[in-house]
Amino acid sequence: MTPRLTPDDPGAESSAHPHSGKTSLASLDYSVLQQCMHCGMCLPTCPTYAETGRERNSPRGRIALMRAVADRELNVTTSFAEEMSYCLGCLACTTACPAGVDYTTLLETARAHVESSGITATPKRTFVRWFTMGWLFKKPRLLRLAGRLLWLYQVTGFQRAFRKLRLTSLLPKRIRELEPSTPKIQRHFSDTLIPEITLARGEKRYRVALLTGCVQDLVFSDVNHATAQVLAENGCEVVTPRTQFCCGSLHAHNGDQENAHILARRQIDTIDPERFDAIISNAAGCGSHLKHYDRLLAEDPRYAARAKAWSLKVRDVSEWLIEIGFRKPHAGTGATAPHIVTYHEACHLCHGQKISKQPREILRAISNVELRECAESTWCCGSAGIYNITQPSTSAWLQMRKLGHLKATGATLVTTANPGCHLQIENGLRATGDTQIEVVHPVVLLAKAYRTEIARR
Amino acid sequence: MSAELISELVALLGPARVLTKKEDLIPYGFDGTAALNQLPRAVVFPDNAAEVSALVKIARARRMPVVTRGSGTGLSGGSVPVENALVACLTGMNRIRELDTRNLTLRADAGVITQKIFETADAAGLFYPPDPGSMKISTIGGNVAENSGGLRGLKYGVTRDYVMGMEVVLADGSICWLGNKCVKDVAGYNLRDLFIGSEGTLGIVTQVLLKLLPKPAARQTLLATYASMDAAAETVSAIIAAKIIPCTLEFLDRKTVQCVEDYARVNLPLDSEAVLLIETDGHPSAVADEAQQIEQIARANGALTVRKARDAAEAAQLATARRSAFSALARRRPTTILEDVTVPRSELAKMIRAVQAIALKHSLDIAVFGHFGDGNLHPTILTDERNAAEMHRVELALKDIVDAALGLGGTITGEHGVGVAKKPFLKQQLGENSHALLKMIKQSLDPLGLLNPGKIFDFPVQENHTPKT
Ligand SMILES: Cc1cc2nc3c(=O)[nH]c(=O)nc-3n(C[C@H](O)[C@H](O)[C@H](O)COP(=O)(O)OP(=O)(O)OC[C@H]3O[C@@H](n4cnc5c(N)ncnc54)[C@H](O)[C@@H]3O)c2cc1C
Ligand code: SF4
Ligand code: SF4
Repeated sequence: MTPRLTPDDPGAESSAHPHSGKTSLASLDYSVLQQCMHCGMCLPTCPTYAETGRERNSPRGRIALMRAVADRELNVTTSFAEEMSYCLGCLACTTACPAGVDYTTLLETARAHVESSGITATPKRTFVRWFTMGWLFKKPRLLRLAGRLLWLYQVTGFQRAFRKLRLTSLLPKRIRELEPSTPKIQRHFSDTLIPEITLARGEKRYRVALLTGCVQDLVFSDVNHATAQVLAENGCEVVTPRTQFCCGSLHAHNGDQENAHILARRQIDTIDPERFDAIISNAAGCGSHLKHYDRLLAEDPRYAARAKAWSLKVRDVSEWLIEIGFRKPHAGTGATAPHIVTYHEACHLCHGQKISKQPREILRAISNVELRECAESTWCCGSAGIYNITQPSTSAWLQMRKLGHLKATGATLVTTANPGCHLQIENGLRATGDTQIEVVHPVVLLAKAYRTEIARR
Repeated sequence: MSAELISELVALLGPARVLTKKEDLIPYGFDGTAALNQLPRAVVFPDNAAEVSALVKIARARRMPVVTRGSGTGLSGGSVPVENALVACLTGMNRIRELDTRNLTLRADAGVITQKIFETADAAGLFYPPDPGSMKISTIGGNVAENSGGLRGLKYGVTRDYVMGMEVVLADGSICWLGNKCVKDVAGYNLRDLFIGSEGTLGIVTQVLLKLLPKPAARQTLLATYASMDAAAETVSAIIAAKIIPCTLEFLDRKTVQCVEDYARVNLPLDSEAVLLIETDGHPSAVADEAQQIEQIARANGALTVRKARDAAEAAQLATARRSAFSALARRRPTTILEDVTVPRSELAKMIRAVQAIALKHSLDIAVFGHFGDGNLHPTILTDERNAAEMHRVELALKDIVDAALGLGGTITGEHGVGVAKKPFLKQQLGENSHALLKMIKQSLDPLGLLNPGKIFDFPVQENHTPKT
């Protein structure tokens, strides 16, 4: 199912190593499965359990199913595969679990097990997986080219014409439903906006590498731009490698361990952790995965040590800013009226990386921002990687639940630090006819404040 | 026969509320108790007493045992199915029916989560005190069926003290109301109390009427650390002897503190042998006064440090940390086996020393925490169920712990119930006659033995018995 690597593929040679992430539940260290002592403390935080009230849709239930598979009491059935795909992978259960159950590893292994069993394979699904994970998201130039084409389609009026002529009705149903929510591609990608080296403003205190991501690069290159600016403003020299590979989180979360390994190795080859004080990510989903390279490559003799060094250096941008004592801007964002802001916590930031306070501290540092907390701020918005494609109804239910809480705060700005959440919330707002509320990454607001400050000097 | 039964259940509840697929059933094969597992035949989700009654009748016609289940957090194996069982899971019955602020009562479906009961009362300036460690997920029905305690038991008592009435479905499917809103009521036997703590063996509770209290105006939490468990135990005795009844007097030993801190990160001191978490509540001036006295008593009895929670948020953090103790201990070893013995408060220090000796004797890793103010200890054995030799030593140790507790005038379970875990020890505590009396009650209420068979004591399903109706 995984495409064979061609010799000109960088990283191909190292793929000969036995890959470490397990693809079978039975080969997983049994104590990881045993760690769950079924106390049920995770149940109230699990969105899928909240939706159905059935144990199999809860963390405790899913772990029991995984254990049954490992114990060979249950075969990998379609029903098991569906359950693993119904899980959001939001990791709320890992925050709630006092016993320290490593659900991340369990879910990734279970999904890899499902993939390797071939139970879900249909020709169409296999092609889509190969096209996205084995090809598009493995080749940065291709991805940018695809993004460029999509951009052309959107700006040349083709999109409007296409819709007007109702040509969209020719598309398959699921794609047709998704078409209006296709993200708006930026005119400039990160490599145009950000130089390879951004010099620190004032005294240089640190040297950091900036990861530009895939979706972030195509759709939110302004966030990358803002990140570089904010870092430079705080004494960091920012190195932004021209060509960057996908971090592989998409692959790892969807059971494609082999490509996840290949991409992790390439990433480490591109950015040598020893040369930087920190490796900065501003997309929660990527950051959470990037921090796990040590675990992913633990059994790869050539990469294990570097992967460990790598994981120690990865920081979410807000985490890093707080760690180095970022400078409070002397000005607001430049907007005439104060912003009423609420903060949605991306799962892979608050649960995946346990980062909750830092983005709020950044927001509070901006003088014309009033932060209002929303209910269930740590609940998944339903974006969850490709979940809005694989499980549209649960995704929509969570999206609406989220919008309700966000709107209840009266905020006109929703801040969040992950491109998937950003799109999901924005699409939800537009679909419900809301044009007043904007969505923005906290760092973009901080960058604005610095810019206002500089303009006033 | 089984297929017919399933189709009758589907006819009653619809297909979405009847689970029979293996993938659906596996997650209902266990509860919070370690090392117990049994697949049920089916799991059903009734919405109200009438449906419960109907499904009981369907099961009864085919002599199929019915195991009631709340959220499955029980720690004595109470909701672990038996062979061929129909599990009636009540979590879908989750409505608060009435909050009566004139009589200070709350009526709720049995499947309502305990935390929601607390919050509903709290929002009206009222107080529902029983707060088991599992309160954010346990159901009120489960609390009633186990007569659960909590962190506030010392001053406020246990679930039983707050149940004024209940709706219960009996083994023949009849629906009864027991109790009412009257503060005083001596009409007939107090049957309500019979069902509290009956672990699903006498009837299925479908609604509860609960007593509420006015919310205490103030509370203060303190955390005292000790170099020895004895000193902590002495402090507890001294506080009670000084005629102070704090609302909470919880104890954690060094191992427990380390695991809890690992999870909760609330700056618990990692270098002390014992920690007491103490809370007093009531009128603000009384609280201030008591807190000061408690601090003095703690210091006089060798406390290394005494920390006062700055605000409600910090107090809540500390309580939440304590509530996670049991699950957090699972960090140390793959299998976590929890004990629940209780001794008269005067015997606490002796019981703790006994547990330490037992750990040494069987070379086991045992942590201890518990509701010190109630004399309720949770010695927790950290082990691995796959290690047969060690599991054998665990069994011996469990027996020794029970013997020690009974020797000190204690009980084999303070709040988790007998279930299957404590079944072998029940007769030892009760004696022949009292044990037989329990069975007589079971016999008269559930002659076919269909409700949660094999729990508390053995009372086999009566296959050929024709009940008189
Ligand atoms: C982390 C943790 C901490 C805990 N802390 C405490 C604590 O501090 N104090 C304490 O007392 N317990 C504690 N427990 C034990 C447990 O949570 C309680 O026994 C709780 O009341 C069980 O509720 P449940 O809804 O999960 O019931 P279940 O586990 O589903 O069922 C428990 C028993 O009650 C019966 N039952 C359930 N609902 C009904 C009903 N409606 N009618 C009739 N029978 C019924 C079942 O058949 C079973 O025998 C803790 C458990 C965990 C996992
Ligand atoms: S995952 Fe953690 S919180 Fe959930 S049941 Fe297992 S041990 Fe308890
Ligand atoms: S990852 Fe999210 S959806 Fe999946 S089990 Fe955990 S809490 Fe539930």
